[in-house]
Amino acid sequence: MNMNLYSRGDKWFVIANMVLVGLFTISTLYPFIYIAAVSFSSGFAAAAGTVVLAPVEFTLAAYERVLSEPEFWRSYANTFVYTFGGTAVSLLIIIPGAYALSRPQLIGRRFWNLFVAFTMWFNAGLIPFFLNMRDLGLLDSYFGIIIGFALNAFNIILLRNFFESIPSSFEEAARMDGANEFQVLWKVYVPLSKPAIATITLFCIVARWNGFFWAMVLLQSEDKIPLQVYLRQLIAELSDDEEFTSTLIDAAYSVETVTAAIIVCSIIPVLLIYPWVQKYFNKGILLGGVKE
Amino acid sequence: MSHQESIGPSTEELVIESREALRDRAKKRAARLGDHFKREWQIYVLLLPTIIWFLLFLYKPMYGLQIAFKDYSIFRGIDGSPWIGFEHFRTLFDNDQFLRAIKNTVIISFFSLLFGFPAPILLALMFNEILNQTYKRTAQTIVYLPHFISTVIIAGIVMTAFSPSAGIVNTVLEWLGMEPIYFLTRPEWFRPIFIGSGIWQEAGFQSIVYLAAIAGVNPSLYESAVVDGASRWQMMWKVTLPSILPTIIIMLIIRIGNLLEVGFELIILLYQPATYETADVINTFIYRQGLQQGQYDLAAAAGLFNAVVAFVLVMTANTISKRVSRTSLW
Repeated sequence: MNMNLYSRGDKWFVIANMVLVGLFTISTLYPFIYIAAVSFSSGFAAAAGTVVLAPVEFTLAAYERVLSEPEFWRSYANTFVYTFGGTAVSLLIIIPGAYALSRPQLIGRRFWNLFVAFTMWFNAGLIPFFLNMRDLGLLDSYFGIIIGFALNAFNIILLRNFFESIPSSFEEAARMDGANEFQVLWKVYVPLSKPAIATITLFCIVARWNGFFWAMVLLQSEDKIPLQVYLRQLIAELSDDEEFTSTLIDAAYSVETVTAAIIVCSIIPVLLIYPWVQKYFNKGILLGGVKE
Repeated sequence: MSHQESIGPSTEELVIESREALRDRAKKRAARLGDHFKREWQIYVLLLPTIIWFLLFLYKPMYGLQIAFKDYSIFRGIDGSPWIGFEHFRTLFDNDQFLRAIKNTVIISFFSLLFGFPAPILLALMFNEILNQTYKRTAQTIVYLPHFISTVIIAGIVMTAFSPSAGIVNTVLEWLGMEPIYFLTRPEWFRPIFIGSGIWQEAGFQSIVYLAAIAGVNPSLYESAVVDGASRWQMMWKVTLPSILPTIIIMLIIRIGNLLEVGFELIILLYQPATYETADVINTFIYRQGLQQGQYDLAAAAGLFNAVVAFVLVMTANTISKRVSRTSLW
């Protein structure tokens, strides 16, 4: 939009608009600031509801409590295993699968694409999925969480569309040199598809990092649960409190400040990869996945 | 086939000949197929893990859906359990809790759509009117962020913020001289809080799609609008908005197709028996009946009902999309 389009002096409109956007942005940001402030406040101050913007009676007690908890570290480590193990497995299956589905010489290509896409429209639901995991012996196992959620139709279709958009002239040189399908995929298509693969990697990482429902349902052992399930258990304690009065474990920290501290610890890795996320986040790719 | 036979001369010779020709062709085809697989086997190797995964984790549960029509017991297994027809569906539609769950699903979906759908469009229109690029980019970076935060954390934030003793919302109410409200135990507050937190989390991120559409609007439209003396306000409503209408329609259709997919994970985290009345949706009902109480067959029936309605919605949405915009979703 050019500056000269504003020549008619819609000053008030522009200002009001900036203020409104500013307000929405602040209301998005504020809960995070609030949670951070609570996490650094004393349990007493948090329970009394005096924390608004900055920590009150600054203390690291909540963090000391969280970081001294072996369950916190174990669940944190588990989350890393699920996130990176799961993402790696996903990519190892999705990339070859999407490539095969994009090949014109594949017999039954239409059928196989429908076979994948159909699962977007019809899903057996929670119970049959759960019973299936149980029948496969994948309850309460690291492997079950990693393999059971490795694929989804959306990611495969997104990558397949990207592969299809690459002109076949790119692979001709490799074919001349006698490259087989594996080599064509690895040396021609994968390097050319970095943005799409990065997007899928991002989707996988975010889904894994944040996933809690199935981890909660499928995992029984405390030592296998990821951070989000551990966090949920703490939050459940908070909500089980009928009157919502915070249980003062100690004046230095309360359930609120401890929960807030874990929330902060859980968000930090997301914030660390966020700039990278932004760099790769391409609107075109997002839309490309929606069509066909 | 029979139609042709009645017309043409059907001597035995002809039949034998055509049979031989057929066999010949089949042989050739088989040979060609053999050649094809010999040459292209690598593609099938690449595809195989994907197919196995889909069969094992998405299609096998569809086979297991039959327990919706069976008296399922863990010991007899899926195949060994006896058929009982539509018994579970009858039970469900006599169950007040299930009917309540349907009602809540519809109400929550409807209001999420009503308030949640326009929000990202408005946001995109507003972002588009900001001249200062640094301001715009900073605001965008911040409003996209909640999309990447887990549901559990969203729930934690909501519970902390709305807590009656410690929460900021009640602190503000107290400043205004009002009585604190136990928001999360009050049925009438559940839907506004749930829908509001959904908008808070997703409106920013969803605006990306509309911003992309706005970026594609022909600049000459604005130029001629300026020549005609249009204000920014008028251009926003009369140029930008109509130009992104196709995108809006597509997104609306997608939303309608996914109407039943209320974010039940957040509901599970936020609701409690005191708020079931307004908060319990089909999926949370399934979760409680099936996964918590072990009534797998009944819960699977509720799930099948949900899945069939969702399937019909998606298919209808796509058909409408094809008609309206000539851009189907697949």
